Amino acid sequence: MIATSDWLWELDGWIVAAGVLCAVASSLVGNFLVLRRSSLLGDAISHAVLPGLAVAFLITGSRQSLPMFIGAVIVGILTAALTQGIRDSGKIDEGASMGVVFTTLFALGLVLIVRAADRVDLDPGCVLYGAIELTPLDTVPVGSLEVPRVVITLGVVSIINLAFVVVFFKELRLTSFDPALADAIGFRSQRLHYLLMTLVAVTAVASFESVGNILVVAMFVVPAATARLLTDRLGVMVGLSAVLAAAAAVIGHWSAITVPRWFGYTSTTTAGMMAVASGGLLVLAIVIGPRQGVLPRLYRRWRLAGMILRDDLLALLFRSQERRSESAPTAGLIRQALPVNRWRLRLALWNESRAGRIESVDGGYRLTPVGRLRASSLVRAHRLWEQYLVDRAGVTVDRIHQHAERFEHFADRDLRDQLERETEFPSSDPHGSPIPSEENRDNPSSG
Amino acid sequence: MNRYLLAEAWTRTLLLQDHNTRVVVIATTALGIAAGVIGSFTLLRRRALMGDALSHAMLPGIGLAFLAAPLIGWSEKSLPVLLAGACASGIVGTGTILFLRRYVRLNEDAVLGIVLSVFFGAGLAILGLVQQTSGGHAAGLESFIYGKTASITTTDAIGIGVTAVLTITFVGCLFKELTLLCFDEGFAAAKRFSTLGLDIGLMGMVIVITVVGLQAVGLILMIALLVIPASAARFWTTHVATMAWLSAAIAAVSCLVGALISASVPDLPSGAMIVLVAAAMFVVSISLGPQSGIFTRLADRRARLLPPPGVRRNPSAEDRVAGDRPEVGVGQTKDADRRYPGTAP
Amino acid sequence: MSDLPLSISGLTVAYQRKPVLWDIDIDIPPGSLVGVIGPNGAGKSTLLRACLGLIPVAAGEVRFFGQSYRQVDSRVAYVPQRESVDWDFPINAIDVVTMGLYRQIGWCRPVRKRHRETAREALQQVGLGELADRQINQLSGGQQQRVFLARALVQRADLYLMDEPLAAVDAATEQAIVGTLRSLRDAGKTAIVIHHDLPTVREYFDRVVLLNVRLLASGPVEEAFTDENLQQTYGGRLTLLDRATEAIARREIRT
Repeated sequence: MIATSDWLWELDGWIVAAGVLCAVASSLVGNFLVLRRSSLLGDAISHAVLPGLAVAFLITGSRQSLPMFIGAVIVGILTAALTQGIRDSGKIDEGASMGVVFTTLFALGLVLIVRAADRVDLDPGCVLYGAIELTPLDTVPVGSLEVPRVVITLGVVSIINLAFVVVFFKELRLTSFDPALADAIGFRSQRLHYLLMTLVAVTAVASFESVGNILVVAMFVVPAATARLLTDRLGVMVGLSAVLAAAAAVIGHWSAITVPRWFGYTSTTTAGMMAVASGGLLVLAIVIGPRQGVLPRLYRRWRLAGMILRDDLLALLFRSQERRSESAPTAGLIRQALPVNRWRLRLALWNESRAGRIESVDGGYRLTPVGRLRASSLVRAHRLWEQYLVDRAGVTVDRIHQHAERFEHFADRDLRDQLERETEFPSSDPHGSPIPSEENRDNPSSG
Repeated sequence: MNRYLLAEAWTRTLLLQDHNTRVVVIATTALGIAAGVIGSFTLLRRRALMGDALSHAMLPGIGLAFLAAPLIGWSEKSLPVLLAGACASGIVGTGTILFLRRYVRLNEDAVLGIVLSVFFGAGLAILGLVQQTSGGHAAGLESFIYGKTASITTTDAIGIGVTAVLTITFVGCLFKELTLLCFDEGFAAAKRFSTLGLDIGLMGMVIVITVVGLQAVGLILMIALLVIPASAARFWTTHVATMAWLSAAIAAVSCLVGALISASVPDLPSGAMIVLVAAAMFVVSISLGPQSGIFTRLADRRARLLPPPGVRRNPSAEDRVAGDRPEVGVGQTKDADRRYPGTAP
Repeated sequence: MSDLPLSISGLTVAYQRKPVLWDIDIDIPPGSLVGVIGPNGAGKSTLLRACLGLIPVAAGEVRFFGQSYRQVDSRVAYVPQRESVDWDFPINAIDVVTMGLYRQIGWCRPVRKRHRETAREALQQVGLGELADRQINQLSGGQQQRVFLARALVQRADLYLMDEPLAAVDAATEQAIVGTLRSLRDAGKTAIVIHHDLPTVREYFDRVVLLNVRLLASGPVEEAFTDENLQQTYGGRLTLLDRATEAIARREIRT
């Protein structure tokens, strides 16, 4: 843990760079894990590589990264292969197969490490939880700049993953959405699957060695799942997930050194906070995502209810004038006919007055010419729908009103014309009320 | 250690003469039985990795309990407080899983992955704070991840025993309802059994077992106990009840043998040994088990040259008819669709 | 009126605000075999599932024998689609059939010998007496379907709701199931069966329900199963209605 009192670019800059690269690299391939419903494979692989590390160490006797890297990647691919093998027995689903494989390999790794403890300085905790905070300490010179080794490794992995996604985009799309079809039309989805698994293993190993496994596991799943909620298009999803992952890394590190201070501590695990930040972005997407978000949905519903209320208000006034009733309906009378609370009605009345569609006369309300135009098309839509439902859909007369009430708000000019044609230009609805003609500015009620 | 002393140590271990070993062996075996029984139902419900997600989700609760305990005048290492924290955060994790599955358009595996990683990340962040408290290096917390089987106390053992009894009572009482839930959720709901209630009960049992087990065998190894014995039992039987018993037996034997090996050979962590013994039994099961075991399939194929490996074993192929359900090929999506009904968009 | 086994009025089911079933009215008289006919995606399974309260209903009312499903669930038996379960599940035929009795046995009570005897009788009734102790994945598709039928029979219900029991089964199973349905009707029971095969409708059913999101026709076969009605059912939906419901969905989901 580095007790930073301030943001130091030469430290925090590199930490964030490592985090962002790890997050982007993981999220790029993570999209396809999520789409193939193997989200937990990242988790499984990153636990399972322990024996690979241990064996590589025991064979080479050194903590050099290359042999250990290769050992870990091999075991990672083995995890994917074994999982599939067990699943193919037909008795055990993919999740359980994964569980069997990765816990076993993890246990094997633990035993190897403990047995070799006198010769090995391999702390499983360090392997699994990494130390992203130590990133800036191990550097290699690149030109005149001292660049952390981790950043270079993760940069290379990110580029490889990006290239993979770009080059195989078409095939990935096909195999992710319909592997059976991909097989049927002769595309070898298995081969692509194992290429993907290899990259997952490479990414997992490259990342957790430096930044800890929890960060990889989170970044494989969470940004891709968040992006999935925001879009249906694969290209957008992949791009969005990378952006979300990078944002989570930046926010995560910032909050790791800021948030604990609010509670009187110094700073906390950056990798953990990056995972939390990605979760925070997911919550944000669930709450305010434009398509599925809870708040936008509530808002849209509220606005729609307002629109329907205003429509109903206009239609009510229209019908009242149609009946040639003497006095203009008052707010109280309107409220008896339209079951809404006083404030909503007041808001609707205010809105419509401001738009110049209604005016108030001796305590009541009545339509202006503009308002009458709109009201006439609403009533026209309502009555045409009633006619259509009886004529074409075989709905009984006692039911048509409730349906027409719903449909009238969604009938534009085009739809109204078509309704009129399909009902063979009726002059009155099934209840006998006249159907106002289109865009009759003068006196729609005298039909 | 000379040969004589070694032999004596072995005898002491194997005969459970040593009080400590006795406690460890009995406790882990009881834990194995509980995990084996519940594991067979989570496996059949296709939620085997639920234990994975829930056990990871417990870490923030443990960390928070550690931070909060001194505020309410308890010691930060007091076990009941830590366990209560673990339980509470396991329940929050369960709630999150149920919520995401029900109201957000995500697949089950993604939901588990999200809960697992975000909660665990939060847990690590909180542990980062714990290390700065006066309670200092939270040695006790490490054991939740790796387990400290060798130092299970009598109190722990009693807790585990109670859990095992509770599990067996739970499953014994709701055996037919749980079977129905796992086999045909739609029919269960149509017959007005509360599927949500049963699911919550099942997850609740997973939480309870994991909470008591974390201490004993650690996080990863706890997951193993919930998954491996049940998976192994699946290859031997065609009855849910037999499967549950067999799974419990396999888990118990793994714990017994694993703990004994670990107690008698130095430098073999007991949790890991238990898993490896269980894994060995799994390998035997998948190879020799009469239900889809590899050798059974090979023998079948040789006997009738009918279904190739990977295709469901089907001894009564003669009374199958044309137009029967086609086997789904390598396609994962199709399989997965069947696997997680109700989560497809 | 209150004696009707099933009476649906104004049933509307929406999925993501888009109607899957729209304003359905169906009355089923007792002692009839009813075929529910309609193209894929017409909402046939949804209709059954909505009646049983398995999916939320946007509007409308469903009455079984004049009461709500909760009050008379023991008089109604449901046969889900065969594909809806995992036939590799470690259980044998007779145990599946016994599941039909679980509600009657009650929470936490064990299955007793007499329950298993009842289940065995039901299996014999569908011609699977010898296969009672076979694991279900060793049965053919048709036999699996008959196990599901036996699970419904064992409930001794008065109304049977069946989701495609005749899909992809062999001729023997088809005859066995149809025979069972007829004997149910002769005993005064009612069965509502989702059916795919148009040529056999006249032979198998007394009444039909023609469904394609909305109800096209419901009544005795000779009245309702006409070419004109079929044309309407399969020949595409009412475009204007679809346009309106789509406009509603668009407005309510996006802006």
